[in-house]
Formats: sequence, C-alpha cells, structure tokens
Amino acid sequence: MRDTRTNRILFQIGAILFALIVTTLVLSLAGAQPFAAYKYIMLGAVGSWDVVSNVLVSWVPLLLATSGLLVTFTVGLWNIGIEGQITLGAIFTTWAMRLLQDSGWNPSLILVIAVLAGMLGGTLWALLAGALKTFGGVNEIFGGLGLNFVATALNIWLIFGPWKRPGVASMSGTLPFDRSLWMPIAAGSSRLTPATLVIAIVGIIAVYATIEGTYFGLKLKAVGRNPKSAYILGIPTWQHMMASFAICGVFAGLAGAVQVTAVYHRLIPSISSGYGYLGLMVAMLVGYKASLAAPVALFFAALNVGSIQLPIILKLDSSLAGVLQGTLVLFVILGQGVRTKLLKKTKVSS
Amino acid sequence: MRDISKLFLLLTIALVAVSGAFAQSTPPAAGPNLTIGLVMVGPYNDHGWSQANYDGLQYVLAKVPGTKLVYIDKANSADRPGTTVSQLGESLVAQGAKLVIFSSDDMTDEAIKFAQDHPDIFVILTSGSQQWKEGKNYLPLPNMINVMGRMEYMKMVAGVAAAMTTKTGKIGFLGPLINDETRRLASSAYLGARYAWVNYLKKDPAKLTFKVTWIGFWFNIPGVTSDPTQVADDFFNSGFDVVISGIDTTEAVAEAAKYTAQGKQVWAIPYDYSKAIDEGKGVSLGVPYFNWGPAYVNAVKSAMNGTWKNHFEWNGPDWKNINNPDTSAVGFNKGTLSKDASAAVDKFVGELGKGLNLWVGPLNYQDGTVFLKNKEKATDQQIWYLPQLLQGMEGQSVSK
Repeated sequence: MRDTRTNRILFQIGAILFALIVTTLVLSLAGAQPFAAYKYIMLGAVGSWDVVSNVLVSWVPLLLATSGLLVTFTVGLWNIGIEGQITLGAIFTTWAMRLLQDSGWNPSLILVIAVLAGMLGGTLWALLAGALKTFGGVNEIFGGLGLNFVATALNIWLIFGPWKRPGVASMSGTLPFDRSLWMPIAAGSSRLTPATLVIAIVGIIAVYATIEGTYFGLKLKAVGRNPKSAYILGIPTWQHMMASFAICGVFAGLAGAVQVTAVYHRLIPSISSGYGYLGLMVAMLVGYKASLAAPVALFFAALNVGSIQLPIILKLDSSLAGVLQGTLVLFVILGQGVRTKLLKKTKVSS
Repeated sequence: MRDISKLFLLLTIALVAVSGAFAQSTPPAAGPNLTIGLVMVGPYNDHGWSQANYDGLQYVLAKVPGTKLVYIDKANSADRPGTTVSQLGESLVAQGAKLVIFSSDDMTDEAIKFAQDHPDIFVILTSGSQQWKEGKNYLPLPNMINVMGRMEYMKMVAGVAAAMTTKTGKIGFLGPLINDETRRLASSAYLGARYAWVNYLKKDPAKLTFKVTWIGFWFNIPGVTSDPTQVADDFFNSGFDVVISGIDTTEAVAEAAKYTAQGKQVWAIPYDYSKAIDEGKGVSLGVPYFNWGPAYVNAVKSAMNGTWKNHFEWNGPDWKNINNPDTSAVGFNKGTLSKDASAAVDKFVGELGKGLNLWVGPLNYQDGTVFLKNKEKATDQQIWYLPQLLQGMEGQSVSK
C-alpha cells in the first residue's frame, strides 16, 4: 500500500463508517430506532435558530480548549490537566468579578479584567503541570490528572464555603452576577454572545498561524517530533514545553472565563462541562491539525446539543452523543494505526 | 411642525405604555389543548422528589382533557454538562410546551431567566417563593406561579413515628444541602419527635438525640457530595437506630434493610414519594410524601381558561384524610410501625387536624438565641425562612 492522500482519506471515511455502524448497533441493541435517533439529533442541532445558537454557545469553549491542546500536542505533550485549567480560569474570573462587581466601574471594563484574570488562572495552573513535568519528572498525564482533582476540590470548597450564597450552600453554584455583568447577548437569542464567538475564532486562527506560519511554531514542531534532536540543534526544549503549557493554559482559562461570564453567569461545581476532555477527543480526531479543529469541534458541539432531543422525544439517554464521539475517535486512531502498519509492511516487502 | 412633534411624542409615550403593559401581562389563555413541559432535577423514576412530580403530571393528564406532557429529567449540570436549565426548558418549548414546570428550588436562577426571556410561556417554579408578596425574595413575574406543599406537617408525623420507634433515643436526619427549606423540614421532624417523646412517651427531652448530617445535595453525586450510603452507615454504626431521610433518593432505607438483615434492627423513613416505602419492607416506618397532582391541575386549568394569575401557594394536607389523592397536597403513608407507634401517629395527625401547632414558643434557635417567646406563634415567613436549626438539634445550621 502506498502513502497517498487518497488512501488516507479512504481510511478516515472507513473509520467514520465503522463508528456509525457500532453506534447503530448499540442503539439497536438498546431497542431504539437508530435512524430516528440520528434524525432528532440533527434536528436538535440545526432545526431552528435557537438550537443553532445553543450549538455555537457550546462550540466556543470547546474550540478554545481544542485550540490550546493543539499547541501542547504539537510539542508532544498530553495536557490532560486542561480540565483543571478551565476550572481555575473560571475561579479566577469569578474572583475578579466578585471583587469588582460593586466597584461602580464600567461593566465592560469589569468583564475585560475578569476574562484576563481567567486567562491568568488557567496559565498558572498549566505552568504548575509544566513545572511538575520539567522539574519534578512527573509525567504530564499523571500530574494533570492530579491537578484536575485539586481544581475540582478547590472549586467545590469555594462554592460550598467562602463564596456560598447567603445562608445556603448549593450545587446550583454561587449567586448569579447581575445582568449588567453578563457578556452581551445577541439580539434574538437567549444566550449567544458574539464577543465570545469572536474570541474563539481569533483564537483558533492565531493557533493555526503560530504553528504553521512562524519560526516559533516550527521550533515547537521540532521539539514535538524529536526533543533530543531539537535540543542538539539548539532549541531550548524545556522552555518550549513550558511555553506550550502556558499558551494552552491561556486558552483553557479563556474557556473557563466564557463559562462564567457568558454561559452560567456564576461559578458552578462542574464549570468545565467536560470541554477539556472533549477537546482532547477533537484534537485526536483531527490528527492535531488546527485547520480541521473548528469544523470538527462544531460537529461535536452539535452532537452534544442535538442529543438533548433523545430523552425528550425518544426517551433515550443523551449519553449516546458520547458513544458516537468516543467510537469516532477510537476508529480514526485505529484506522491510523492499521494504515501505518500496512505502510511499514509495504516498505519492508519492497 | 410643533403639532407634529407633539403627536410624535404622544405616540411614543403610547407605544412605550403599550409595550410596558405587554411586558407585564400574563400569557394569553392556552385554550382547550395544552402541552406541558416538565424539567426534573433527578431521574423521572427516582422513587423520590422527581418521580413525585412526574406522577403529579400523570394525574394532570388523567384529570384534564387536552393536556400532553413532554419532559426532561436529570436537569443538573453534573448529569447534563454544558447545558443550562433554561436551555432545557426551551427544548421543551420547541416540542410545543406552553407551560413549563421547573420542579426544583435548585433551578431558581435559571427558571427566573427563562420566565423573563419567555413572557409568553406559563412557568411554574415548584418550591420557590419569588411570587410570594410577603416573602423575602418577591420578584413579580406575571407568567410565574410558585407551588409548594406544607411538608412541615408530615415531617412532624415522621418525627413522631421515629420517636415512638427508637430504642436508643438517637434519631438521625440524613439532610441534603443546607437552605431555608431543609432547615425548616429537619426542624419540623425534630419538633414532632420531641412532642411524642415528651407527651406520649413521657420521657426527658434531654435524653433525645436528634442529629442532622448534610450530604451537600438532593442526591448523591460521586466526588461532589458526601455519600448518603456512608452517612446512613455512620448513623447506624454509632447507635442511631432510626434515620429520617431528607434527600430525594432512598439510600437510608436500603442501608436500614441491609443492617436489619444482618441482625441489627434499625429503621428508616424515606421522603417525597408515596411508594418509597416499598423498597424497605419491614424497616421503613412510613413516608412523608408530596401529592403534586391537585395543585398542578389547578395551575394547568388556569393556564388553559385564562384565569392564570401569578401567585405563591403553600398547600396543606386535607385533615379529613391526609392521603386523599384529590385533595391533600402532602400525606404520610404508614409503613412498618408497632401498634403503639401506629396509634400515636394517628393520634398526632388527629391533634394536628384539630389545630395543634408545634411552631409555638418558647422555642430557641440552635445557638440559644430566642426564636419564639412563650406562646408566640411563628408566622409563615418565620417558618419558611428559618435561619437556623432549633435548640436541641445537633448538626450544622449554616454551611461553613
């Protein structure tokens, strides 16, 4: 087998088909009608302006998380700790808003400061994972997982403790911020905030441009391909790893800030909404290529939002979206593995 | 020219006035057909709070012709990450719902946002108090009704059943999160228990232990709340032989059944759902439950025939028969009670029906400060917004 663009695409299509077949089988085994399920997911994602705007609301933090992860993946790092970085971003944003909400300052200024604070929070938490890796020899996967738990614990402690509502500790989170401190919502929508859309789109373009079009991006790639060779060629390896952690942290923090200022308008226990893990899946699915991240993240967001129709109309569990997303990633990676093996065989035999 | 600008000014004022009137008016009558949307915080079949609400809507479907139900359950950010409750409400509107019921106090922020964003949709926020003119959080919204049952009475009954049953004099209360509602319900259970302990059993109130342990939410969320199974076990392992559950799921009963099967006789009292006692035959003393059907029927009918008016209702039991499905908003379904305990429960219900009031002074807050002076009766507001547990109860009054 030859390494051509055509067979690469064929393998990807095959993976998607396999994923669909498996999900269809799962649905059939559960006694559901698979095609009705697909239809309602689609309608639930594109059937009206309301649901489309919901998809976009979900797309923004997912795309931000994915954008950050593309940078860490470029240097060969698995930044599992992104969930915690999103959480810390949300915590720092909430902190800034709590400090400033009664200051009488212009709400736009408060929002800008809060978002910057979120970026700082995400960055610091990511640098902690990076420092553990670089100076402590802790694999970033384990370090990140540990830091995720710490971030969750910190978040819950704040919600149920120092930042609780007067007299009440509630899973529904801290007291919502005044409407004047909500990210401005687009006319005709209940929750779509144009400012965050712009942030996400600029973000992914910046990541694409940095990785594909700058010397710094080239160096990140070199470290990712072969850290030892990169080091020998004079690229300071650990500094680039730390830089990639910091950049990913900025994006994760932004995602957290968006969750607080534009989606929930308060801090809630599961403020990251799992976008970090979902972002990992998107990044893996697109083969770590920034050019494909936006549409695939949009597809994942659509699946998430559309699947809400399943319990309402078909009385099915909405976790089906997760099954489809998971199998997609599995089969695409499996497809890549099989393809690489076949290519090796061809090389050896020729 | 001046006339034209005057006319323009008048027109503008009229337009603003009309739009203002529209913004504050109730939604138009739904007519003979109404699709009802129900948003539940837990699973629709949780044998607890959510199922009681779900069954209440089944009652509506049976009693009010022309109604249809669409629902979404597990509406909480842990089970449905990335979604908001108002967004879920809108999904139901997309399925034709003209009345949406947000059936948990935990949905308050989102239900208010939804009601404000959708003035054309009728909204019921169950267990909220925003439409209570005399309440602390009054926020008039023409499209919203608050519904709640006076569960305080049935928690008192549960307290009586617990006090009449305990051999160790130690009653545990498995609490959800700490708020006004949960403080007043735990305190009601304590008042009932103390009343039976002192008046029926003629025992020293100082020898009654009543301890509240909060798990942090209405049901278990692994990694976030305390594990209710663990909390129930802690009670049973430290000499408490009756656990009154204040949470929406039935762990206390399951654990009581387990301990009893192992030879250690203990009991539990579940909550919310009339059939919740079925899970712990032999260990469940009974269940204080909500019967949402009648209140929901009234609200639904008013949305259909145009008599809807925003208000708050706190519905009591039908003292003629607290288990009447058509008239009683709350009830107590008796389970495995001794003959004496069963008689005491009946006697107590009879006394309540005749006007017995346990929210009468002298009563102190947990920290010893005076809540009600001698013979002073608590107002509805004092009960609804109870700021602390009562003196004599162990456990946290406010979250720290």
